[in-house]
Parts: sequence; C-alpha cells; structure tokens
Amino acid sequence: MAFIEQLTQDFLRTKKLPHIWCPGCGNGIVTAALVRAIERAGYDQREVVIVSGIGCSSRAAGYLNFNTLHTTHGRALAFATGLKMSRPELKLFVIMGDGDCSAIGGNHFIHAARRNIDLNAVIINNYIYGMTGGQHSPLTPTGKKATTAPRGTLERPFDLLALARGAGATFGARATAAQPRQLEQLIVRGANHKGFSVLEALSPCPIAYGRRNKLGGAVEMLRDMKDKSISVERAAELKAAELEDKTITGVIFSIDAPEYAEEYYRSIEKDKG
Amino acid sequence: MPETKPVLMQGNEACAEAAISAGVRFYAGYPITPSTEIAEQMAARLPEIGGVFIQMEDEIASMAAVIGASIGGMRTLTATSGPGFSLKQENLGYAIMAEIPCVVVNVQRMGPSTGVPTAPAQGDVMQARWGTHGDHPIIVFSPASVYETFYLTIAAVNLSQKLRQPVIMLLDEVIGHMREKVLIPEAGKLLVEKSSDKIPSDWKPYDEKGLTPLVPFGFGHYYHVTGLFHDQYGFPTGDPPQVERALDRLHDKLKKYRDEIVLTNYIGHKEPRVAIVAYGCTVRSARAVVKKAYWQDRLPVGLLSLQTIWPFPDREIEALAKQVDVIIVPEMNMGQIVGEVERYACGKAKIVPLNRYDGEMITPDQIYEQIGRWLS
Repeated sequence: MAFIEQLTQDFLRTKKLPHIWCPGCGNGIVTAALVRAIERAGYDQREVVIVSGIGCSSRAAGYLNFNTLHTTHGRALAFATGLKMSRPELKLFVIMGDGDCSAIGGNHFIHAARRNIDLNAVIINNYIYGMTGGQHSPLTPTGKKATTAPRGTLERPFDLLALARGAGATFGARATAAQPRQLEQLIVRGANHKGFSVLEALSPCPIAYGRRNKLGGAVEMLRDMKDKSISVERAAELKAAELEDKTITGVIFSIDAPEYAEEYYRSIEKDKG
Repeated sequence: MPETKPVLMQGNEACAEAAISAGVRFYAGYPITPSTEIAEQMAARLPEIGGVFIQMEDEIASMAAVIGASIGGMRTLTATSGPGFSLKQENLGYAIMAEIPCVVVNVQRMGPSTGVPTAPAQGDVMQARWGTHGDHPIIVFSPASVYETFYLTIAAVNLSQKLRQPVIMLLDEVIGHMREKVLIPEAGKLLVEKSSDKIPSDWKPYDEKGLTPLVPFGFGHYYHVTGLFHDQYGFPTGDPPQVERALDRLHDKLKKYRDEIVLTNYIGHKEPRVAIVAYGCTVRSARAVVKKAYWQDRLPVGLLSLQTIWPFPDREIEALAKQVDVIIVPEMNMGQIVGEVERYACGKAKIVPLNRYDGEMITPDQIYEQIGRWLS
C-alpha cells in the first residue's frame, strides 16, 4: 500500500469525512502535513494527542485518529498544559486558528511560551474568523476588509512569531499552504524541539477573506502566497525595504532553554531524594 | 469511619488535605482572597507526594488545566472565590458536557463584583447552580464546619470520579478561615473510591447504556472529547434525538444517585412547630439557637442543615413542611435558597426569610428573635 494510503487508513477517521471546510480552504493541506509529520517523527499513535480550540481549523481534531481534545475558544493551550503536566510522556499537537490563538487565547499563548512547556502549537493563519463568516482577527493585515471592518481594519496585526519569541517560545517557524512539504518538515522540526514550538501556517480562506478583499479564488491566493514567500536564508541577504511585501518562511528562531514539565518533575524528584 | 488523630485545622487547609487524602494529585489555580491558602497548601504538599501544582495565568486557564489533567488520568482540584468563579464558568460547563471529573472550590466572599474581598457572604448559591450557560446538572456541597469541609471534600472527589461530573465545594469566608478540630482517619482507612482498572473491550466514552469510567488519554482508545453535543464515541452531532438523549444522560446520572448526593441533617424537637433551614456558616448560628431553644428550653424547634444545596433537597423540605407551621431560612444574601424552600414547601408551611448582607454573620440572637415571634 502506498505511504499516503496507509497513513489515511491509520491516522484519519475516514468515516468522519467529508470534512466541513469550504472548497479552496487550506486547512486540509495543513492537516495533511501534520499527519505526515507525525508519521515522519516516528511517534506511536498511542502517545500522540491532538488538542484544538474553536473555529474552522480546530475541527481538524475530529478527523484525526488519535486521542483528540476539542476544547473551548482560545483555551486549547491551557487544557494542553494541564494534560502535559499530568502525562509528560505524551506528544501534544495543539491546532489553533489566528483568532483562537492570538485574540481570545492570547494570554494562554504568551504564558505557554513563557513556561517553554513542550507543546507543539500549529496555528493556521487565514487572517480571518472563518466559521463566524469573516470578522477581522489580530492577524488581519491593516486595511483589509472584514464583515466587522467593512471599510478595512485600522488595527495593526501581531507578528505572531515575534510575539512568541518575545514571550519566551524557543522554536518558531513559518510556512504556507502553498508549500506542503516545507510545512511537514517544519512540523517535524518543531516536534523534535524540546520546549514550546510555534508553527505559523499561512492558509487561504477564499470564501470569508479572499472574496471580500478581491484576492481571487484559492488558486490565485495560493499562487500569491508562493510568490511572496522567501526563505529565511535568502531573506538574510536582502535589505529590509526589499522584504516589505514578503513572507519569510522556514525556521525563524530555535533556542535551547529548560523545558517546563521536565524541570518540574526533576525538581520534585530531587525533593524525594 | 475510624477517626483517630485530632488536628487543629483551618477550613481551607482541611479542604486541601482532604483532597490529597482522596487522591487528588493535580492542582491548577490563581491567587484570590479568601481561598489562597488552598493553593498555598497544595503548592507545598503536592510536590512532596509526586503531584503537580501549577499556578496558571488566570482562572479560565486554571479550570482548563484541571480538565486537561483529569483527561490525563489525575484526580484534580482548583479553588477560587466569587470573581474567579465567574471566570471558571466557561470551562466548568465544558467539564459537565464532556463528563470530565474535577472538584471546584469557591470560598465565597461578599459580592457583586470585587465587593468586600475579606467579608463573608453566601451570595453565590445561584451562581453555583446556574453560572455556566445551558441546561446543565450540578452538584454543590456547602459545609458548616472545618470537619464537614474535610469529609465533604472527600465525598466531592469520590462522587466526581464516580459520576464523571464536576462537583462544587461552596465554602464561605468564615468556614475557609476558621480553625477547628478535625478527626483525621489513619492513612488507608478513608472511604476513597478507587478507579476501575479493568476496561471492557467494547468500552465507549459516552456509552448509551450508561455511565462508563473515563479511560485517560494515551492508552490506545482513540476517542474524541468535545464541548459540542456528541454521540457515544464523543463525535459531534446535531441530530435532534441524539441531542435530547445526550442532555437527558447528563441529568439522569444525578437522578440515579440522588440519595448518595443529597446530604442533610436534622437536629432538634421530634415534632417541631418552627424549623430553621440553613447551610454553610449560617448553620453555626442556627445550631446555637437549637441548643438554647430546644435542648435548654424544650421549645418545639428544629434545624435542617443542608450539606448538599444542589441538587436541592426537595423531598426533605417537602417532608419538613408537612410537619411544621413555620420554616425560617437565614441566609447571608438577599434570599436565594429561600425560593427553593418555598417551591418545595408547596404552601404547607409559612416560609420566613431572614437575610443579612452587610458582610457580617447572622447571629443566634437574630434567629432566636424570629423564632420567639412565631412561637408566641
């Protein structure tokens, strides 16, 4: 059996398909990259847990054949923190959307980063609240239109990875749905990294974001993502002005620092001894 | 129950120690007066016994972390007070819906809002019942002493595990901060229910046939946990008959174990004409009244104290109302439980509220005065 067919059989709840996502949505591409990454990382199915919040992207958990925990809006990382502390041997992937992670879940995001707890955050950023029909999020670029910003948002977006880095995360990477192989590789690297890892996966939402902002359909949006992407290595050779319109992809930062769950259990072992 | 070691303990401390005795090994919390001693006690004790203490970034996260750890297989507890209890409601509803056991302690203080943080009150009775949205079941215990706090906390942990249902310990500032003698049983002699380690091969997380134990994540049962209405495997459903069944399921398990859940205690005259119905620290003043009015003056007076306030002790109130002319309901709020008493008394007795909401306790004299009025 081909690799991908075997994976589909083992790691996807095929009876739960078709999924709820719209035509042209990038969530499926990112979810597929996650499934391949889990296989590449060599994890046992039993030890993998998928945690998610609320929103389109968070529905991915229901389609994946692991222990899956679909939590409340913005709180996925807080649930995951409790689970990881109770069972540090488990490998947790936390799927969130841009609004879920950086608006309502912003506090949990910075504190998970600060603790450097070994969770793998996969944030699918489509620049919009999709499930509720297209409201602006903290990652919507300034000037872009949304149902709650009909004249274009005046707000400035977060740089999610700079936020994570500032808060203490020790691994940050970015890729787009136009580069599924790179996504997969970066998820594996994040998983192998000990500490809080953040992967920002840029993904098209042609229905709730693209259409309103005249960005074309899924194909045009993916092409645009690809055209604007530049690897972190190439970006290093360019001047700031040349990078203005670009999306830098690859591993943006990777730092060694003590991981929280391991430190906690080590400290209580010392008590006992 | 064999009781051996008498110890002088604070109410909050007793709550923490009882939780540990009942097998709680995970605490997530956020500092708030007047419950902070519970967190401090847990921070000191849990690491000593291989447990996990974590101070989270807020109350919402504390509740979430507790649920996460329960899914990992640990027994869990979190403690807070009014403003924090408001924040916990979101994920408390999740735990009820997803049937994840946990114990939530609310050491009540005077509200609304920031209120008087150090003053006692009983204003969260209805919040404990209806604080989270939707038509959910809830179990709430309200201890009247440090001793009761110890034993009800153990009962809370046990029931929570058995019914896969969050249980609320509704303390108040008086009970949380007072020091009293507690008789602690020897280790191993407590009635702590063990989790079942035998999992049937056809195990389903939300079996239609009835309650199944929670199998923690990481053991090869790839089920789904969600706050959405779900089928017996945990997968989302919007199918009307399934939705109705799922909501009935949540309520039915409490109905089935009603007699184990609903705890009350009557003291006083065998044929009372006037009864007091009280819960929490107010029971203490009521007990002093019964001591004087019945034990000393032999007046036809009695006290029904409610250790469980939700589900409400409906049958007990019904029976009491048939016996007496008057039921006095002292509460340190503007009248919350009194409405329920009225509802189940069905007009058989006159219901007299006695309220105080200035941040001070109701005194025995205040209750005695009321009794005198109705007996003469």
